[in-house]
Amino acid sequence: MVKIYIPADTTACALGADKVAAEVALQAQKRGLDVELKRNGSRGAFWLEPLLEIESGEDRFAFGPVYPGDVAGLLDAGLHESSEHPLFLGRVTDIEWLSRQDRLTFSRAGVIDPLSLDEYRREGGYEGLDKALAMTAGEIVEAVTDSGLRGRGGAAFPTGIKWRTVLNTPSDQKYVTANADEGDSGTFADRLLMEADPFQLIEGMTICALAVDATQGYIYLRSEYPKALQVLNQAIAIAEAANLLGSDICGSGRDFHLQIRVGAGAYICGEETSMLESLEGKRGLVRFKPPLPAIEGLFGEPTVVNNVLTLAAVSTVLAKGAAYYQDYGSGRSRGTLSVQLSGNIRRGGLVEIPFGASLRELVEDFGGGTASGRPVRAIQVGGPLGAYLPESQWDTPLDYEAFTDVGAMLGHGGVVVFDDNVDMLEQARFAMEFCAVESCGKCTPCRIGSVRGVELIDKIGKNDGRSANLELLEALCETMDVGSLCAMGGLTPMPVRSALKHFPGDFERGTGNGIER
Amino acid sequence: MHSSGEAPAVIVSSAVRKFADTPGGLLPLLHEIQAGLGFIPSDSVVTIASGMGLSRAEVHGVISFYHDFRDKPGGQKTIHVCRAEACQAVGSRQLEAHVKTRLGVDYGETTVDGRFTLEPVYCLGNCACGPSVRIADDVFARVDADRFDELLGDI
Ligand SMILES: Cc1cc2nc3c(=O)[nH]c(=O)nc-3n(C[C@H](O)[C@H](O)[C@H](O)COP(=O)(O)O)c2cc1C
Ligand code: SF4
Ligand code: FES
Repeated sequence: MVKIYIPADTTACALGADKVAAEVALQAQKRGLDVELKRNGSRGAFWLEPLLEIESGEDRFAFGPVYPGDVAGLLDAGLHESSEHPLFLGRVTDIEWLSRQDRLTFSRAGVIDPLSLDEYRREGGYEGLDKALAMTAGEIVEAVTDSGLRGRGGAAFPTGIKWRTVLNTPSDQKYVTANADEGDSGTFADRLLMEADPFQLIEGMTICALAVDATQGYIYLRSEYPKALQVLNQAIAIAEAANLLGSDICGSGRDFHLQIRVGAGAYICGEETSMLESLEGKRGLVRFKPPLPAIEGLFGEPTVVNNVLTLAAVSTVLAKGAAYYQDYGSGRSRGTLSVQLSGNIRRGGLVEIPFGASLRELVEDFGGGTASGRPVRAIQVGGPLGAYLPESQWDTPLDYEAFTDVGAMLGHGGVVVFDDNVDMLEQARFAMEFCAVESCGKCTPCRIGSVRGVELIDKIGKNDGRSANLELLEALCETMDVGSLCAMGGLTPMPVRSALKHFPGDFERGTGNGIER
Repeated sequence: MHSSGEAPAVIVSSAVRKFADTPGGLLPLLHEIQAGLGFIPSDSVVTIASGMGLSRAEVHGVISFYHDFRDKPGGQKTIHVCRAEACQAVGSRQLEAHVKTRLGVDYGETTVDGRFTLEPVYCLGNCACGPSVRIADDVFARVDADRFDELLGDI
């Protein structure tokens, strides 16, 4: 019997993995081959998806990318570890793109059956919770603080400090919420994790509940992720049946109930207070801070809001110890960063590495340059509110502070690559347009400013009052920057200004000096 | 898509009953109605409001705030084209133009045969393999104009 793995991940399926699986079953049956088909998550090497793996002893060997039309030929050539088929990639763990990573959070992704608790445990899962159950709340918070873990949702706030605040705020009812809104374009790490290793998020949230004395948790999941929803629903039911969620978890006397709430297509609901409003069943209007959600959050009660990857990382911190986690990284950015290589990239996917590598290393060494084969011109890092970096900045180390120093941000780790066909005026315009579409509408600089921004950029593009409008645009950016209530309006100027600063020629259309398209 | 055979009023009132006691239950309630009826009829707002102890303005405000909720029927399937940056980097602007011409509609509109409603989406989490398109609950990768036409043919 041959054991075959084919991911059921969104991207793998978007590339045809379901059809490949069906074809494998059909062709195997035709040939009287005995195969066991397992649907794992993805390892995140999306450039190789659909990735077909076979198990041989302790090892797994891969073929990819495998399309439905390749299956018959693969079976005829024989699915074995010394295949000479052109799609044969060798031992999975020897694929350099994967072996060069330091996978802490994504160590199980693509390896295990996402819904097998046994496999999760076999690969170190629930070791963190076991340890946490033997610790006091204060000790758990201390471990998280000592690990140096900072929020992976974008703002990079120290997680331990946030948890300490919730722990120290007295209340009969506290909440743990996972921010799974993952709205940034160019990002998919939360999705990948939830589809490939959902128990890790559940474990992290449970540890958090123990640490802050919460009994109820919510995962706020964007509606754009139907597969993640399916997997999480099943995982929660499995965890409940195994007494890892619900009342009296593992006989500890502690309760933690977990529910999923699905968003409804609003980018702003990723902002933590907007997310809380949405969880309360309201419009996602951003709240004034203070009060902090840690003190007055969901339904007015102390609430932890953390990104999916932050909560997932906590299970590693507890299982392996704060020092182990802290040992990775650079400067004040500790642990690993889950970079998502996307856009016009040859080898796109999830690259988990310690903070500190340069953007160039990532895009060139891991990414292999553009998919189009043309030169890279601009790289947008950190989602739609992040800066566009020109080549002169590609040696910036991936580290929160280093990025801030060059007027950029790491955000949730999205790295979007553009080739030399990119028109940076269009990109700046889109930043403003996106803000206009997704603004919650609470404050004027964001709501009105973004609409004005689009108009100004359109005029500049038509060489209509160019220099005056460029000045107005800069003034508008300043107003949005200082006058917006949250980072939606406050950071939209970041991509716009970076485009203006580093790619000025793109804003000189019609003047005879610029780049004409 | 009106997927269950039940009368709209029944679907609305049973959804209201189901979520009346759920803290912050309005969003799951609206999702349930939309899943059953394909949209949230404006005459259901009164029922929802009274069942959830909210004002009609509050319910209406929520329906109009979120891009997912529609107050008019859409086509049998919704086609979402990703407009966000990672897809732009691999040609989604051209794809977008093609899709609009091919379907003969703009965003927010339904094709004359009632089969498809076209909507924009800002990222589907498939950013390493764009341009991305979602048709109902299926996401498709590396969709160019030809691939899009092929997908339409397959439906
Ligand atoms: C406009 C906007 C959108 C955001 N979207 C997300 C998101 O999708 N996911 C996320 O985790 N954080 C998002 N954030 C950051 C959250 O406000 C918050 O900082 C984060 O969820 C806290 O978790 P962390 O400390 O674990 O990062 C967003 C912030 C802003 C201003
Ligand atoms: S900056 Fe924009 S999104 Fe943020 S509160 Fe103001 S209007 Fe809302
Ligand atoms: S940007 Fe299009 S799928 Fe993410």
